[in-house]
Amino acid sequence: MSTPVTEPATDAAASAPRPLTMAGALNAALRDAMAEDDRVVVYGEDVGPLGGVFRVTDGLQAAFGEDRVWDSPLAESGIVGTAVGMAMYGLRPVVEMQFDAFSYPAFEQIVSHVAKMRNRTKGRVSVPMVIRIPCAGAIGGVEHHSDSSEAYWAATPGLTVVMPSNPADAYSMLREAIDSDDPVVFMEPKSRYWSKAELALPVRTAPMNRAEVVREGTDVTLIGYGPTVRTALDAAAAAEAEGLSIEVVDLRSLSPFDDETVGASLRKTSRAAVIHEAAQFGGYGAEVAARLTERNFFHLAAPILRITGYDIPYPSPKLEEHYLPTPDRVLEALASWEWDLA
Amino acid sequence: MSLNVEHHEPRVLPSEKPIRLLDNAGHALHGRETGGFELPPVERLLDLYRRMVVARRFDVQVTALTKQGRLATYPSAYGQEACEIGVVSAITADDWLFPTYRDSIALLTRGLEPGEILQSFRGDWHNGWDQHEHRTAAMATPLATQALHAVGLAHAARLRNDPIVTLAYLGDGATSEGDAHEAFNFAAVWQTPTVFLVQNNQFAISTPVARQTHATTLADKAVGYGMPGYHVDGNDVAAMYAVATAAVDRARSGGGPTLIEGLTYRIESHTNSDDPTRYRAARDVEHWKRRDPIERLEKYLVSEGALSDEVRAEIAEAGEALAARTRDAMSASPELDPLELFDHVYATPRTALAEQRAALEAELAAHSEHAREEVAAR
Repeated sequence: MSTPVTEPATDAAASAPRPLTMAGALNAALRDAMAEDDRVVVYGEDVGPLGGVFRVTDGLQAAFGEDRVWDSPLAESGIVGTAVGMAMYGLRPVVEMQFDAFSYPAFEQIVSHVAKMRNRTKGRVSVPMVIRIPCAGAIGGVEHHSDSSEAYWAATPGLTVVMPSNPADAYSMLREAIDSDDPVVFMEPKSRYWSKAELALPVRTAPMNRAEVVREGTDVTLIGYGPTVRTALDAAAAAEAEGLSIEVVDLRSLSPFDDETVGASLRKTSRAAVIHEAAQFGGYGAEVAARLTERNFFHLAAPILRITGYDIPYPSPKLEEHYLPTPDRVLEALASWEWDLA
Repeated sequence: MSLNVEHHEPRVLPSEKPIRLLDNAGHALHGRETGGFELPPVERLLDLYRRMVVARRFDVQVTALTKQGRLATYPSAYGQEACEIGVVSAITADDWLFPTYRDSIALLTRGLEPGEILQSFRGDWHNGWDQHEHRTAAMATPLATQALHAVGLAHAARLRNDPIVTLAYLGDGATSEGDAHEAFNFAAVWQTPTVFLVQNNQFAISTPVARQTHATTLADKAVGYGMPGYHVDGNDVAAMYAVATAAVDRARSGGGPTLIEGLTYRIESHTNSDDPTRYRAARDVEHWKRRDPIERLEKYLVSEGALSDEVRAEIAEAGEALAARTRDAMSASPELDPLELFDHVYATPRTALAEQRAALEAELAAHSEHAREEVAAR
C-alpha cells in the first residue's frame, strides 16, 4: 500500500467564495474531514482512482493514500458489514453505495446491525459511520438508478437520515454527519449534484437535525427535502404572481423529524403539502402528514396533501417527466383545496 | 488469465477425509491423515480437556434451566466442544471473537460469566457483556453477518498496525448466506488477519448440509477465494487446536485469512423448541454419541498417564462450581427498568424519544397507582 499523504486542513482558514457544485462541496467536506481526523476512511465501489461515478471522491486517494481511500469489492453488504467492524475498532468509515437501488443488498447490515448496535450494547459499542447514498431520479437513469429509498431508512430506529438540497448544506451536513456519534444515512439527491452556489469554505449552516424555512410565506407551507426543495421554491415563485404566498420548508433531516420548525410554519399558514419523488403509499409524506395532523389539527384549514410520485416502480428515462412532481402539479394540488379567501 | 498469481497458496483442495490427529479410540495418528499437523503437547491437551468438560457441564446445566423455564431459549453446543473450545483456545486475550448464538461455551474461555453470556437468552437485554473488555462481539443471530464485522475489525486493526487476529464462528447453514461469501472474499482480497471457523454440525435447524451445498466439503469453498481451507475432524480437539493455531499464526504474521471446517454433530435439538425426531434418526444421534470429543481426548490422556483421579476430581469440582454459579445467576431476577428502553438508541438525544419515554413513565405510574388502590380495596 502506498504511503498516505495528508493535505493540510482547509478548515484552518476560510477560502474566498468560489462557485461549487453539490458534488464539489461533498468532495471538499470529505477532504476536510479526512485532513482533520485520521479515523476517517472512505471506501466503496470505484471511489479510488475514478473518484466515484459522480466524482464525489475525486482526488481523495491521491491526497490521502490507499490506506485511507480504497476501492472495495463490488458487494454492498460487505461494504457496510466491514464498516461495522471498523467502527467498532474506532475508525470513522464513510462508505458509498453507488446508487440508491444498489444499497438494498446492504439492507440487513444497516437495519440489523448499524441501527441496533448501540442499543443492543447499552451504548457500550457504537458504530458511528456515514453511509452515503446517491438517491432519487430526474437524471435520465436506466432502471435501478433513480429510487427514493428514504422511507426504508427513516422507518428504522437507530438511524439518523438526512438529505441536503444545496451545496452549502451538503458541505456542512456531511461534516456534521462524519462527526456524529450516531450512524448516519446520508442521502444525496443526484439531480442536485451539479447545482452551484458561491461558497467560502468551510461553510457551516444550521445543525443537520433541524429543518429550515428557506422561503417565507403566509398562505401555504410546502414541505420538501432533497430534490423537491427546488420544486417547492419554483412553485412558490410561480404562485407569487397569482397572489398566493407560499412558505417553503426544507426538512434536511428525515430522522429525526423537526416537529418544532415544521409545526410552527404550519400553525402560521394553516395549510401544508409535502412533496417527494418516492411513491405515495407508505411513503415518508404519510408520516409527515400524520404527525403534523396529530399535533396541529385545530390549526388546520385543510387536509395536509401529499404531492408525490405515483404508486408504481420508477419509470424509464423517457417517461420519468410524467412521474416526477413538478411545480405545475404542486400548484394544481393546492388548487384542489377549498380556498375561502374572503 | 490468472490474477494475483504471486499471492496464491498452492491451489490444493482440502482433503475429503478430515484432518485428524487422534482417532476415535484416542490413539495418536501419523502420516497423511494428520495433514502435516503435529499433536499439541500433553499439558495443552489436558488444559483443553479441562475446558471442554467444564463447558459441557455448563451446557447441560443451561439446557436443564431452559427446560425449567428460566431461559427463553438456549441453543446447545453439546457434542461440538472440540470445535467450540479447540479453536477459541488458539487466540489470545487481545484478539477478537465474533460468535453466533450457539457459541455460549466458547465465551466461557473469553472470561465471561454465565450471567453475562445468558442475559440475552433469559430475555433481559439483547447483549449482556462489555464487548471491548472481553474482545468478544455480541452473538450474531442473523446468519453470517458477524463474519463481515470480523473482517472489518481485522482490517481496521491492520491499518493501525495492531497485531491482532479476528476469529469468526459460523455454522454450515450460514455458508449459504451471501454475507459468508462476501466476508470470505473481502478477507481474502484485503488479506485481513481473520480465521473463519465453520462448524459443520450437519443441520441448519432441520435442513441437512447436503441441501446447503453441492461441494464435497465446505472447506472447498476457500479455494475459490484464494485462501487456504482445511477440512478437519471437528470432534478431535487436538486437530482443531493445531489447525487453528497454525491459521492464527499465519494471520498474525500477515499471511491472510483461513477457512476451517470442523466436521461435527449437533447432539441436542436446535433449541428447546425444536423437535429433531421429525428430521433425523435416533441411530444417527447414537452413532455420533459414540464419537464424543471429550471421551476421545480422555482415552488419549489416560493412555499417556496424564489424567489422574485427583485431576479428574478437580475438573469435576470446577464444573460443579460453574454450574452452581449458572443456577444462581439464572435464579436472580434483576429489576428491569422499562424506561431504559429509550436510553441507548442514539448518542444524540431526540425529542420524540423523550416524549415517548415520558408517556411510558406516566403509564407505569398510573399502573402502580391502580395496583395500590386494588390492594387498599381488598
